[in-house]
Amino acid sequence: MKVSTFKAAGKFSLLVLSLLVAALMLVGCGGEEKKEAAEKAAPAAPEKITLKLAMDADPVSLDPHVQLSGGMLQFSHLVFDPLLRYDKDMNFVPRLAESWERIDDLTMRMHLRKGVKFHSGNDFTAKDVVFTVERLKKSEDYKGLFEPFTGAVAVDDYTVDLVTKKPYGLVLNMATYIFPMDSKFYSGTDDKGKAKDAIVKTDYSFANVNESGTGPFTVVSREQGVKTVFARFKDYWNKDTGNVEEIVLAPIKNDATRTAALMSGDVDFVMPVPPQDLERLKTTDGLQLVTMSGSRIICMQLNQKRNPALADPKVRLAMAYAYDNQGVVEKIMNGFATAAGQMSPKGYVGHLESLAPRFDLEKAKALMAESGFPNGFEATMISPNNRYVNDEKIAEAFASMMSKIGIKVSLKTMPKAQYWDQFDAQVADIQLIGWHSDTEDSGNFFEFLSMCRNSETGYGQYNSGNYCNAKVDELTLAAQTETDPAKRAADLQEAEKIQYDEAGYIPLHWQNLSWASKANMNTEDIVNVMNFPYFGDLVIK
Amino acid sequence: MFAFTVKRILQAVVVMLIISFIGFAIKHNFGDPVRDLVGQRVTAAERAEIRDRLGLNDPFPVQYARFLRDALHGDLGQSYFFKKPATEVIIKKAPATLELVFCAAFIIVVLSIPLGIYAAIRPKSLFSRFVMGSSIVGVSMPVFLTAILLIYIFSVELHWLPSYGRGETVLLFGWWDSGLFTVDGILHLIMPSIALSSIMLPLFIRLIRSEMMEVLETEYVKFAWAKGIKPWRVWLVHAFKNTLLPVITVGGVQLGIMVAFTILTETVFQWQGMGSMFIESVERSDTSLMVAYLVFVGIVFVLVNTFVDIIYGLVNPTVRVAGRQ
Repeated sequence: MKVSTFKAAGKFSLLVLSLLVAALMLVGCGGEEKKEAAEKAAPAAPEKITLKLAMDADPVSLDPHVQLSGGMLQFSHLVFDPLLRYDKDMNFVPRLAESWERIDDLTMRMHLRKGVKFHSGNDFTAKDVVFTVERLKKSEDYKGLFEPFTGAVAVDDYTVDLVTKKPYGLVLNMATYIFPMDSKFYSGTDDKGKAKDAIVKTDYSFANVNESGTGPFTVVSREQGVKTVFARFKDYWNKDTGNVEEIVLAPIKNDATRTAALMSGDVDFVMPVPPQDLERLKTTDGLQLVTMSGSRIICMQLNQKRNPALADPKVRLAMAYAYDNQGVVEKIMNGFATAAGQMSPKGYVGHLESLAPRFDLEKAKALMAESGFPNGFEATMISPNNRYVNDEKIAEAFASMMSKIGIKVSLKTMPKAQYWDQFDAQVADIQLIGWHSDTEDSGNFFEFLSMCRNSETGYGQYNSGNYCNAKVDELTLAAQTETDPAKRAADLQEAEKIQYDEAGYIPLHWQNLSWASKANMNTEDIVNVMNFPYFGDLVIK
Repeated sequence: MFAFTVKRILQAVVVMLIISFIGFAIKHNFGDPVRDLVGQRVTAAERAEIRDRLGLNDPFPVQYARFLRDALHGDLGQSYFFKKPATEVIIKKAPATLELVFCAAFIIVVLSIPLGIYAAIRPKSLFSRFVMGSSIVGVSMPVFLTAILLIYIFSVELHWLPSYGRGETVLLFGWWDSGLFTVDGILHLIMPSIALSSIMLPLFIRLIRSEMMEVLETEYVKFAWAKGIKPWRVWLVHAFKNTLLPVITVGGVQLGIMVAFTILTETVFQWQGMGSMFIESVERSDTSLMVAYLVFVGIVFVLVNTFVDIIYGLVNPTVRVAGRQ
């Protein structure tokens, strides 16, 4: 054989060899992919109980103190666990605090549950409560709520005193916001050299991406805006509770898609349900719909400083009589709201059953005739168009109802991204606002929406109507330091009555709440008026 | 040639400056991102303080200069919502959008060519009339309606296809999250790609049909017939080849428009790509992510256009590209 033949043979075999390697690599990859698929399929074999959950948004962070919002509180109830929480009737239920007692006017003593573990394995003690309250007082969003507190004092490992500066009637309400964080886990510095307890709104922080709470679930993985996976915490203190072992939370923003995902079986539980799909979900076999009257009040503020006509109490009353709360609830909200005559919903201490919505067009016309503006007047109005359920349509209905008593309203609506700056600047005579009381108490409504505006104390911060009544202020402030529940209720109810009689603003309705799920769950038992479903207690049959 | 290339690059830089300026001007007048970052209880003074910390209270030129300086270093700002650099967020979301556009383009190519040719060759046949008729429906139906209809038929009623999201994905090269290599991922891709292609597909069928019909009337095709060449050879080799050129030119432009249409498709299917990310950043007034996206898309378009123009000039010197003497 000649050398060149060898060379040719060598070239040929090299070619064959490389082809072979390439083929092997391809096969190998294929094999690997199959193996991966097999591995992924394997854990499904021993029937893990998984809840596929779709909400309109997902938590913005893993740090419960970074923002005070419904989404973050829903998250906190999954991963952290509060000292106490509300049941369906707004009674306080013990969680990490087994019991509590008032020691004196300023001190509430909490007796903590023993044997509770954090996700990190650390033991839960009074030290963690003290750490958490101190952190709350540093959080931009929470420090206002915890302003009345001097802090928490550990008496021993399982006893802690919540101490306030002045007598304070809402200590227990505030304790529902204390979700103890693992003081050991969140102390020191992380590998980037940053303090682990830092609260950071717009950038990386240890607490934004790591968690250790005592809650029923731990965070397994999280891709913000796409998917968060929770797994049941093995050492959770409450053994005889729900049976969900894994939660896969996906945000689905589009209303129609969220409903479709439930109806097609891609998810097991959705919240909230868009009003136009309520009927459909209710009548679908295998699904259940749970609704409840909510506590977010939608109201119109009438700016008495901008428009002299709105300073006339008769005009304001006429407007209240001209607005058909029930009609809007039925026709625009599809019955999915509760007509309101006051701010406090049923169940709040300030609620007075007698303050019903008043719709009487004749009376409204009579009042207008008696007022200083018998021929009506012109007014401007603004409303958001993507913040509250059907907000734009509600505003339009309001404007058209006012036209019946001679008030010509020129309405401008805008997205919420632009709305609040305009609202603060009080650019219109009539402005729409919705409000949820973060203390679950009537006083909060008055402090923000109807007390006289005071830039120093911050009272009346969202009172764009400039309604001001010294008596309402006095009663609201008195209720703040009142610890006798009966007296507090009386004060707040009186304040509510005064505003009703003067029509300081026009309450429209409370938005209802809704959840829909497959029928094989105890959905009804885990939801509540705060809209914090307790998924730890969910049982899938 | 060199002068031409330099000129094009300079033009691209100017265009980028204009895009970034417009984006930034919008941002400046758009609304307060801090509103979405804080609860209702946070006072106006505290909000102002946060704005100060984020540099949002500085005068417009100062903010814009800072933005340009950082952008030159590849930093397009920080997404307030994601709490991460905006570039990182966008790059993470890009694969989803690109795969969706790719699949939709694939559907368009595979369907429009045979259908367009057939409709041109047999314009009077029943099938051609049906294709042309339904293409009118396709063009006039908005994407989101098509999408919702698809979901209701194939997910809710038939339970054949998943209704939302991307399903199972595989990580390629350490950063590209791909849904093209799992059965679940492909199933999730079907409806969004159909919805996205629904606007362009009829347009392309019509375009191919009319171009082809025109070509079929030309002298050289008549000559080919006269020579007795087989019909399929006349249609495909003689006629269709010459139809393709204008179709490709239009296709290139339309590809960009399709990227814009993903915004609607992605929103309905909860598809986690750049489109839904952009819409959500607008809703949340996550203004720096918004601007970063505009600039990012601007860069991509400018780069592609500049590149295409330069290549054009190199490949075919007789083509007079605008700006070239």
